Amino acid sequence: MFSGSSSFVEGVDLAFFVIIGISLIFLIGITFGMIYFSIKYNKKKHPKAEPTVENTKLEILWTVIPTILVLFMFYFGWAGYRPMRTFPDDAINIKATGKMWAWSFEYENGKWDSVLYVPINKAVKINLYSMDVIHSLYIPAFRIKEDVVPGINNKMWFKAEKLGQYNILCAEYCGLRHSYMMSKVVVLPEAEYTAWYNTKQKVDLNAMPGELAMKKIGCVACHTTDGSKLVGPSYKGLFGSMRKVVVDGKVIEVKADEDYIINSIRKPNSQVVEGFPKAVMPEYKDQVTDEEIKQIIEYIKTLK
Amino acid sequence: MSKERVALPTRGFFENKTKKGISSWIFTTDHKRIALLYLYSIAFFFLSAAILGILMKIELIAPGKTIMNASTYNKTFTLHGVIMIFLFIIPGIPAVFGNFILPLIIGAEDVAFPRINLLSWYFYVGGAILALSTLFFGEGTADTGWTFYAPYSVRTGTNVTQAVLAAFILGFSSILTGLNFLTTIHRMRAKGMDWFKMPLFVWATYATAWIQILATPVIGITLLMIVAERTLGIGLFDPSLGGDPILYQHLFWIYSHPAVYIMILPAMGVISEIIPVFTRRRIFGYKAIAYSSLAIAFVGYLVWGHHMFTAGMSGPSRVIFSILTFLVSIPSAVKIFNWLATMYKGSIDMQPPMLYAMGFIFLFMIGGLTGLLLGALATDTHLTDTAFVVGHFHYVMFGGTGFGFFAAMHYWFPKIYGRMYNIKRAKSAFWVIFVGFNILYFPMLIMGIMGLPRRYYDYLPQFQPLEILSTVGSWILFTGLIIMLVNIIKGMKSGLPAGDNPWKGTTLEWQTSSPPILENFKIMPEVTEGPYEYDNIK
Repeated sequence: MFSGSSSFVEGVDLAFFVIIGISLIFLIGITFGMIYFSIKYNKKKHPKAEPTVENTKLEILWTVIPTILVLFMFYFGWAGYRPMRTFPDDAINIKATGKMWAWSFEYENGKWDSVLYVPINKAVKINLYSMDVIHSLYIPAFRIKEDVVPGINNKMWFKAEKLGQYNILCAEYCGLRHSYMMSKVVVLPEAEYTAWYNTKQKVDLNAMPGELAMKKIGCVACHTTDGSKLVGPSYKGLFGSMRKVVVDGKVIEVKADEDYIINSIRKPNSQVVEGFPKAVMPEYKDQVTDEEIKQIIEYIKTLK
Repeated sequence: MSKERVALPTRGFFENKTKKGISSWIFTTDHKRIALLYLYSIAFFFLSAAILGILMKIELIAPGKTIMNASTYNKTFTLHGVIMIFLFIIPGIPAVFGNFILPLIIGAEDVAFPRINLLSWYFYVGGAILALSTLFFGEGTADTGWTFYAPYSVRTGTNVTQAVLAAFILGFSSILTGLNFLTTIHRMRAKGMDWFKMPLFVWATYATAWIQILATPVIGITLLMIVAERTLGIGLFDPSLGGDPILYQHLFWIYSHPAVYIMILPAMGVISEIIPVFTRRRIFGYKAIAYSSLAIAFVGYLVWGHHMFTAGMSGPSRVIFSILTFLVSIPSAVKIFNWLATMYKGSIDMQPPMLYAMGFIFLFMIGGLTGLLLGALATDTHLTDTAFVVGHFHYVMFGGTGFGFFAAMHYWFPKIYGRMYNIKRAKSAFWVIFVGFNILYFPMLIMGIMGLPRRYYDYLPQFQPLEILSTVGSWILFTGLIIMLVNIIKGMKSGLPAGDNPWKGTTLEWQTSSPPILENFKIMPEVTEGPYEYDNIK
């Protein structure tokens, strides 16, 4: 009856149909009863109320019937949900990383992208990692959602059944740019997916390793390279400049040298550039290696 | 326009011979005056947070920036939530009508601990001031949402510590009020009022008081843990300090789900008082309604996990929490059937309190039924953390508790002030509020099903028509609230004297003067029959 872009849509939409259907009968019945009684037994037409007669049978009836109905609804909810938590063994494994405020997807062969490419009619298992706070990976068209919790390895899976592009949203509030933490899942025919999967990471030959590292980590979700202000300061003209920073509530001037950049990644809140909100950027520890930081510094040096 | 102000036959507790002016209020131990202190402070906070809500809806009328930036928006919805939850909905009916009516309706002189009663108002005001003070220093008020989820709440630079301490202090206010009511109900009922002769509002307050005492300490401790983590760096919830973010959610919802019943049970109690009076009939299924309040209070403790179906709990616990969630809906359904059965063959008088009571039943049903979609695992996976949840809890909390509060206000107003508001205007205010309410919140349910996450500053263009509709609804609703407020204030000042028992109620509060005298009753009442014996009245 209900087919959709993932194998779960049918079960979920059936549960919607059953629960909304029963609810509407109840809502319309009670509302109609209230309106009917208030007209029929209005004091103008019905000046004397009739005495209340207790009716235990009726009380039992309207406790037992709703109990059966809600257990029925529970069943449909559970039946539509069970496949979501039954992970197939032959699924493609993809690691999804959420950070404030971007997604990235890493495949088994090391390939990564900010867009999620998947083949049609194949099970895809997504292992969820967070670099900072709680996010939630939500694909409305597939009817799935699972929280991305730091320190806990949640997972989800799906099988896409229609070609096309669908929104990926963040459903757990994660701060300033929560509503912009979006991406897409692109469902490809199997052959096209295999071809994509086997092409080497498109590397801009002119790009420096530091630039690639920053894209992968997601620095560019908040910092630009062209001088415009996003959430944090831009990298343009950063290296070697004098910066006014707030340390323990006092404004001091420091030189943006290598130590400054290392400190700004490892302990960003110990010195926040004046005019920018404090405690927005998380501390990056093992998410960024020392080698990557070196590459990043080399790259920033070129942004004049 | 302005009619002659008719003097009341008695000024009751408004007359104070020993103290004058403001000190007769802020140092009072009279439960009626404390109730009014709560009423005025709660009304102030409700209106402030309603204005924040209006501003949020204006921001959302178009995608992109309309009137505020993302950071301001995040702070606005947090403050709106904190004020509405901790300063309006949780204290709301118990603190105002529980305080005013409870001793009267059980035939007592006052609550069991009048000084503690005043102290709990001071805790309320202290907590409120601390919460609002976060606006004025540092990085401003918290931007975490009223749920303060870790680790975001541990890391943000905004004034989370102060906001959390404010909620902690407000918790004490709630615990003390609960303790007070529990003792009052156990020890101070009128002669002859055994448990099953208590009015149902008393039963509801009783069940609520138990939740206030047993659940609130959990949130208190949890909030202190957040403070310890933020200030001392003790790793409890933040994984980068070795903590567990899911632990926070468990602890938070172990309180905050039962707290939902702190919010709704007293409103159900109000409805159970109003319906017999305006149908002139003994309530149908008195015991079923009384027991269902206790059942809700008990089962309500065991369903917190349904807030966390997608957070990473184990499979079996998701299933168990889902079943229990469905079961907690049964006692609420039973109450609705009983209310409807009471209307059957009654003699129904559509006065403003009855209109609000019926509005309550309709809106609370939508709130409850949308809750079933959130209790079912398959549908919740799609709907959790979307606008659907926002629509759902506004139907329950505002359509339910809010309308219950307005119903109580219109029902007990003549008892409190001895005067009557303009009935016609009260009815038209109801209809404007009711229509505005549905235009504001129903589109949220649809947008949630379409897949719009909640707490979104910006949205995809496909949602704009519904967002515009919802914003217009907020303007209609606010207009209705203003009409209601003006009508109430005018009624307070210059409404016609209402008499001691304008609705011809049978419960004890209607047997004393309006406004009641300082010591409540000239002769302490005795009870010989159940609370709603309309059948014997001619």
